[in-house]
This record gives sequence, C-alpha cells and structure tokens, in this order.
Amino acid sequence: MSENPLKARLRRAERMRQLKAFGLIAPLLGFLLIAFVAPIASMMLRSVHDTELREVWPTVTQRMDDWTDRKAVPDEATFAALAADIKSSFADKTLATAARRLNYDMRNGRSLLFATARALPPTADNWTQAVISANDRWADPETWGAVKRASGPFTSYFLLAALDRNRTAGGKIIAQPPEEALFVDVLKRTFVVGLGVTLLCLVLGYPVAYLLATLPPDRGNLLMILVLLPFWTSLLVRTAAWVVVLQEHGLINNALIWLGIIDQPVRLIYNQIGVYVAMTHILLPFMILPLYSVMKAIPPSYVRAARSLGAPPVTAFVKVYMPQTLPGIGAGGLLVFIMAIGYYITPALVGGAGDQLISYFIAYYTSSSVNWGLASALGAVLLTATLVLYWIYNKLVGVDGVKLG
Amino acid sequence: MATTQIRTRSERFWSAALWTTSILVFVFLLAPILAIVPLSFSSGQFLTYPIPGFSLRWYADFFTSDKWLHSLWNSMVVGVCSTLLATALGTVASLGLVRANFRGKGLIMGLLLSPMIVPLVITAVGFYFFFAPLGLTASYTGLIVAHTALAAPFVVVTVTATLQGFDMNLARAAASLGANATTTFFKVILPLIAPGVASGALFAFATSFDEVVVVLFVAGPEQRTLPREMFSGIRENISPTITAVATILILFSICLLVALELLRRRNARMRGIS
Repeated sequence: MSENPLKARLRRAERMRQLKAFGLIAPLLGFLLIAFVAPIASMMLRSVHDTELREVWPTVTQRMDDWTDRKAVPDEATFAALAADIKSSFADKTLATAARRLNYDMRNGRSLLFATARALPPTADNWTQAVISANDRWADPETWGAVKRASGPFTSYFLLAALDRNRTAGGKIIAQPPEEALFVDVLKRTFVVGLGVTLLCLVLGYPVAYLLATLPPDRGNLLMILVLLPFWTSLLVRTAAWVVVLQEHGLINNALIWLGIIDQPVRLIYNQIGVYVAMTHILLPFMILPLYSVMKAIPPSYVRAARSLGAPPVTAFVKVYMPQTLPGIGAGGLLVFIMAIGYYITPALVGGAGDQLISYFIAYYTSSSVNWGLASALGAVLLTATLVLYWIYNKLVGVDGVKLG
Repeated sequence: MATTQIRTRSERFWSAALWTTSILVFVFLLAPILAIVPLSFSSGQFLTYPIPGFSLRWYADFFTSDKWLHSLWNSMVVGVCSTLLATALGTVASLGLVRANFRGKGLIMGLLLSPMIVPLVITAVGFYFFFAPLGLTASYTGLIVAHTALAAPFVVVTVTATLQGFDMNLARAAASLGANATTTFFKVILPLIAPGVASGALFAFATSFDEVVVVLFVAGPEQRTLPREMFSGIRENISPTITAVATILILFSICLLVALELLRRRNARMRGIS
C-alpha cells in the first residue's frame, strides 16, 4: 500500500521544520550541557566516587575486587600485596593518606597501619603469617571488609556521612553517636528556617498583594514600584543595609537607647533574628509577585455575590476569596522555600556560627576543610530536595508560570 | 439602614487594617535600603544618626581606590561579555523553542532553565571542581562562561514570552517575498522583538552584575568583582565606603527598573501594532 505522496511530503516538511527548530536550540543546549550540566554531574559523581586509597595502595585495592567471601580472610597473594603496599607507602610517606581514608571505615585504622608498617619484616616466606603476627587485627575478616569498602572506586561513605550514618566494620549501617552527628541537625535547621521564612513572607506578603491587586490600576502600579525596587536592588546592598540597621551600634539599637527603651544594645544580628529578618526581606517580593498575579485574575463578582447573599465581609473573604488564592500561595510558598533552603550569602553575613544552613557546609567542606566527597554528598542532598520541590512547583504552575516581575 | 451602617463600619475597619499592615510592610521593604543612603554622605566615621555633617569623602574614597575601581571594571567586563553571549545564545534558542513541538521539548526546556533552579552554592562548587583541572579558575574566561550559563535562562524566559505575542505570519510573509531565514530574522523578527531581547539582556546583565557565590569560588584575586569586594567589606568591617557603593548600586537598580518599564511599554505598543 503506497502512502499518499502529499501526506508524505507534508510529514517530511514538518520533520525538516522540527530539525531546524532543534538546530536553533542546539547551541545553547550544547553550551549548557558542557558548561553547566557536566560540572554538576561530575560533582554528584564525586559524592560516590572514591579513589583515594586506590592511588596510594594500587596493588591490594586491585586484589580486593576479587575477594568475595567476606567470612574468611583473603588468600596469601592478597596478604603479600598488602605488605608490599604498606611498605612502599610507608617509604613514600603516603601511609597517612591511606590511614585517613581507612579511618572512615573502621576505628583506629591509623594506629593499625602504623603499627603494622613498623612491625613488618623485610622479607617473609608466608606473608599471611607475617602480617598477622605484625598485628592480629588482620586475622579478622571485618578488618578486610573495611579495606574492601575503602578500596572504591565507588563508596556510599560520603552520602551516609551527609545523613549522619556510618557503617560498622562488619558493614551494617548505624547512626553516628550523638556527639559526632551534625548534618541531620543542619538539614533540620535549613528546613525550619526555610519554613519560618516562607510563613513570614506569606503573612507579610498576602495583605500587600491583596491591596495591590484590588487598587485601581494606576495607584496599584505606583505602589508596585515599592515592591519592585527592593526586588531589583543588589542582594549585597540589602544585606549591607541590614548589617547597618541591626548591628550592635546600628540604627535600631541607637534609636532604642535614645528613646530610653533599653540601656544596653540588644543583640539583633549574627543570630537567628538577623537570619530571619534579612532573608524575609530579600525573599518577600518572590511571595508578593505570584500572589499578585493570581489575585489580579480573580473576578470581584464572586465576593460580591457572597456579600449580596448575606455573608459578612470576613466570611466572604475567608470562604470565597481565600480558596481562590491557593494556587498563588502554593506557588509563592514553594518558590520562597526553594530559594531559602539554598541560601548562602545572607546567612553567612548576618547569621552566627550556629545559624548556618546546609549551603554553608557545602562551601566549608569545599574550600576551608578540603573534603570534596562530603561537600558533594551534602550538595546531592540539597539538590535532590530542590529538584523534588521544583517538580511539585512545576506541576502546580508549569514552567511558563515562572514570572520575572 | 442599621445593618448597612455596621457593615460599612466593619468594612472601614478592615480597609484601615489592610492599609496599615501594607504600609508597615512597605516600610520594612524600603526603610533599610533608604536608611543607608544619607549615611554615605556623612562626614563621620560611624554608621549612625544624627549625621555630623555632609561630605563626599566616601565617594572620593571609592573613586580613587584602585581596589574598588578595579572591581567595578571587572564587574563591567564580565557582565557585558556574559550578557552578549547569553543574549545571542538565548535569543536563537527561544526562536527554536517557540517552533518546536517534538518529544522531549519539556525536558530540554527544563535543562535550559536549570541554572535558575539549582542552588547557587552547588553551581559554584560544581564549576570550581570542573574548572580547576582545565585551568579555568582564576581566569576571566571561566568567570564569563559561568555567568553566561547563569544568565542565559533569563534571556530564554523573557524572549520566549515576547515571541508568544509575535505574529508568525509576518515571518512567513517575508519568506514568501523571497527573504532567506537570516534576512527575515534581522529585518523582520528582530526589530519587532527587540524590546523583549533588550529586557532579556538587562536581566542577564543584572544576574551577572549581582552574582557573588560563583565569583567566590571561581575568581582569583585579579577577577574580584564589585559584589565580591562588598562581601569582604561587609564580612570584615563595614565601612562608610560600602554605603557609598551601595548608594551607587541603588541608583543603578532604579535605572534598571525604569529601563525595563519603558521596554515593557514599548513591547506592549508593538504588540498592539502587529
């Protein structure tokens, strides 16, 4: 059966059109794949990729790939490889690297390695016996289990650590002891601050959005400038402004002392108050703008109908008007929350040491304390949370709903 | 009669409450920003009122400091270069996006917009790991590439929105009269969507000009931008010079806001014609 030639030609023309359209998108798509997606993908890979031990102990880590029976210690050749690697890394002064990496997976890995390195004989007929007599912990298959886990090239260590979890020498996942647990609290704090800022933005933003949406357009647009000006003002200008206003001898403290309300300056910055105030100020326009665009589209006739049927103003507002603004509340709330949990600059500048959010720790483990695996794992946690929330946001308002004020 | 009166009174109460809260929120939004403007003209060292006297010494400090002028120069160079790149790539991609209806368009759109969504600190650390082995950290190239990636989605969003109101029959008319794709774009499409492209470019420039997290990780001492100097200034010791810089930047945002509003009106007018 031959197809209608016109139909075929139309389809070919359409395909050409689509190919051309893709050709136009391709340059930006290619650029972003190389310059944006690849860096983030390689960062995510870093959270599970681990070759630290492989680089200093090339032989024994290779042999660990073939060791499958975890109940028994490995064979003689593996013991010989371990002895050779320990000796050569002891001579190259890279044993400390191996010790640091092994410490992630077992207790006292460092003392074990250095004790073994010092006690190993120069030559031996049976390396299994020689290594075990240097330190009898090598007779325990769990010690070898830790070496295998540390051998890479993939590890769950960093991701587990980002959630305050660890593996025992036997490989079971356990919670870190409370004095070493840190990141679950940081995550909780990030979500609590995000939620608090979102609620503050909603409480402050709702009346303003309502006022702007119900005023006659000329006056509404004029007042809108009061929201857009801070929105367009540099983030650092706004943060600097809050430092000037809130600091120990800042405007608020001086005013309160001058008015005789307080004798001593109150601490308003480098603590939770500073973080909440500055972040709410910066994110408030992101709540007002989506609320405004939803409220603007609500016809006033529904509330009028409710009023004419005898509903008092409050009832009409709560029962008729507010449910119609729910999409705006959802969109604005999610947008503010997504932005709040990823914030770095503002908490870093106006928060105290105990108020830092997850972003701070990602930056800290990248530059100050070089633990890139952990930084990447924390990044993976934050990115997952952001993408899930954004997916919900997208279901709610659609990609085209992204409004830029 | 009695009921209307009660209703009016309660309505008046709610209206007064609405205005009061709104005015308080406006004060909250604007007061801290406006409060630092007079401080920048103070002759005193301390960032507090009352101001001892009027002086321009902090502006003089800014305009004679090599450190600040160099950072302003860096911000301009990086901002202009990444804006040009992002606007060109973003406008062309938008032209494709409005015509495309193939499968996977949603995914591509998501990818193109992802730099707006991914938290900046993740983007910055990703760039840092990725650029270091390529020798792109502490280089202008690295910073411009990074800022182009961050700014491009803003161009895409703005220009696709403008193109939605564009009458594609105009392009078809040009093609039927013998114009090739390039001529059609430069002679017909671009003049009509120019206001949208210009707003996209302004968004892109503002994104780069205000960005500091990526600069913190990717830039070297030679590439420190204005926000980067402000970040150190705020963190170490907030000086009156910072308030002078802040005042200049507030003026800059007002210009930006006015320019965008003018472009919006022009765009609306053009749509009215087409």
